[in-house]
Amino acid sequence: MAKVFIYPVNSLILADLVERFGHKPLAVMNQVREKVTKISLDSPPINITPEDPKIGLRYAAVEVPPGVRGRMALIGPLIEDAEAAIIVSDPPTNFGCVGCNRTNELMKYLVRSKDIPILELRYPEAEEYAQEFVYKIVAFLESLPREEE
Amino acid sequence: MGDKTGVVKIALVSCGSEYSGVQPEFEAAAEKVNAKFVYPEIDVAGLDSIGKEFGLEVASGDLLLMMARAKAVVEGTTQVDGVFITTCFRCAEGAIVRNEVRRYIHRYSDLPVISYSFTERTTSGTLLTRLEALTTVARRRHLLARETQTGLTAGIDSGSTTTKAVVMKDNEIIGSGWVPTTKVLESAEEAYSLALKEAGVSRDEIQALGTTGYGRFLVGEHFNARLIQEEITVNSKGAVYLADIQKGPATVIDIGGMDNKAISVDDGIPGMFTMGGICAGASGRFFEMISKRLGVDITELGALAVKGMQEKVTMNSYCIVFGIQSLVNSLAKGALPEDVAAAACYSVVEQIFEQQLQEVDVKEPLILVGGSSLIEGVPKALGDLLKIDVLVPKNSHMIGAVGAALLASGYVEE
Repeated sequence: MAKVFIYPVNSLILADLVERFGHKPLAVMNQVREKVTKISLDSPPINITPEDPKIGLRYAAVEVPPGVRGRMALIGPLIEDAEAAIIVSDPPTNFGCVGCNRTNELMKYLVRSKDIPILELRYPEAEEYAQEFVYKIVAFLESLPREEE
Repeated sequence: MGDKTGVVKIALVSCGSEYSGVQPEFEAAAEKVNAKFVYPEIDVAGLDSIGKEFGLEVASGDLLLMMARAKAVVEGTTQVDGVFITTCFRCAEGAIVRNEVRRYIHRYSDLPVISYSFTERTTSGTLLTRLEALTTVARRRHLLARETQTGLTAGIDSGSTTTKAVVMKDNEIIGSGWVPTTKVLESAEEAYSLALKEAGVSRDEIQALGTTGYGRFLVGEHFNARLIQEEITVNSKGAVYLADIQKGPATVIDIGGMDNKAISVDDGIPGMFTMGGICAGASGRFFEMISKRLGVDITELGALAVKGMQEKVTMNSYCIVFGIQSLVNSLAKGALPEDVAAAACYSVVEQIFEQQLQEVDVKEPLILVGGSSLIEGVPKALGDLLKIDVLVPKNSHMIGAVGAALLASGYVEE
């Protein structure tokens, strides 16, 4: 089983595909779930505390806006954990969106800087390309090591 | 305005304050003024086309969300009493969208709007005055509609640098006091006593008192004030009252002792406003330091500046420390004191122009108030920069106290 980073990092469809083929999706939903259930701080709505943008300094300098660093505090550890990655470019909003394009640029760069297998593909604009899109993802996932934990 | 419980609903139009660690501060500030943030509902499917529709095609999804939420507010699909537009400080894409969304809401609705860029260090205290002003406009429009002072009332403006007090009777200022702020309550006592003495009335005769400024809560409680109000709404009213421009549009710039404010006013009611100054370099404190270094009294600085030419001296007061360094370097190179004084005035208004006036639409007449408006070089520099006539009303430094006395008269029983 490989830990697969997905982009968009909150794409339910990608997370589901990764899981179906026996791997662990590294998605931001899990990070947020952990935040809202484990930390007993009243910091609505997703419990990002003033400490998080500081944690984000590990990935981006202080002159980078706090919204980027706060998001990176969630996403950065996922990238560090990643053993493979799927990056889908130009997706529509409902496929997944982290909201901030500076964060998108930074996280894709950090993923590409890692020495891991990466599948990069465009979001299919028409239904005829959708099958090929899924086939490519499936082939990639099947090529990843599957040994049990 | 507001719902049955008196809670004011503020639409939060933001690109991700919830990811920046500042959301609890936002919520805390809203709670203090009995307001709550609401997130205008939008159709997610519409996000992919909103950029084209709005005319601003940006890459960040949350900025598209801001446009969609602004549209929901303007079209009334979400009912709110005011709008708070905010993006990360230092994000260019965010700043462009923030500004255009602000203009859009102002153009298509009459909702009060605040625009603000946050850092992770933004605190509820920083936001309190802004949200207090926003909720006042939403909640107390009737109070702000007052154009005439009636009865015998007083106002105290407990500012960061000076404390001002006035006593007013039947629409006239009959006494005033102006003292440096040292201990908040003692300074307020002193200024108030001076005003009462000049007016020839006793404290018991005052029918209603209003307080404003940094020390408004402490002073207001001490004197049992009827009105305790932040300085944005109070100063707007004070400015249009003193300038006798109570109807129609106007822009109020208030350069205070420690910060500055730019307020776009319509019929005396603030619409858009900003408050800030990256550093005290755009405030009265900078003028005090300049005066001290030039060896002149602050009351003489303005006349000196009018004689000088700012072009001869390079000065950047973005930071008060670097501003003073520029001054020392200029003097060391043989610059004339009048040119340095003129450059200081220009530097302050340039910073206000770059920081504040980009956030509000400047509509004439432009009314300049606050202690710094008495430094003649300041209105001159502002007029030169904006190429418009700058109006400095009589008693412009008493703006907060006059505004408070005027609004407090709304509590005087007929």
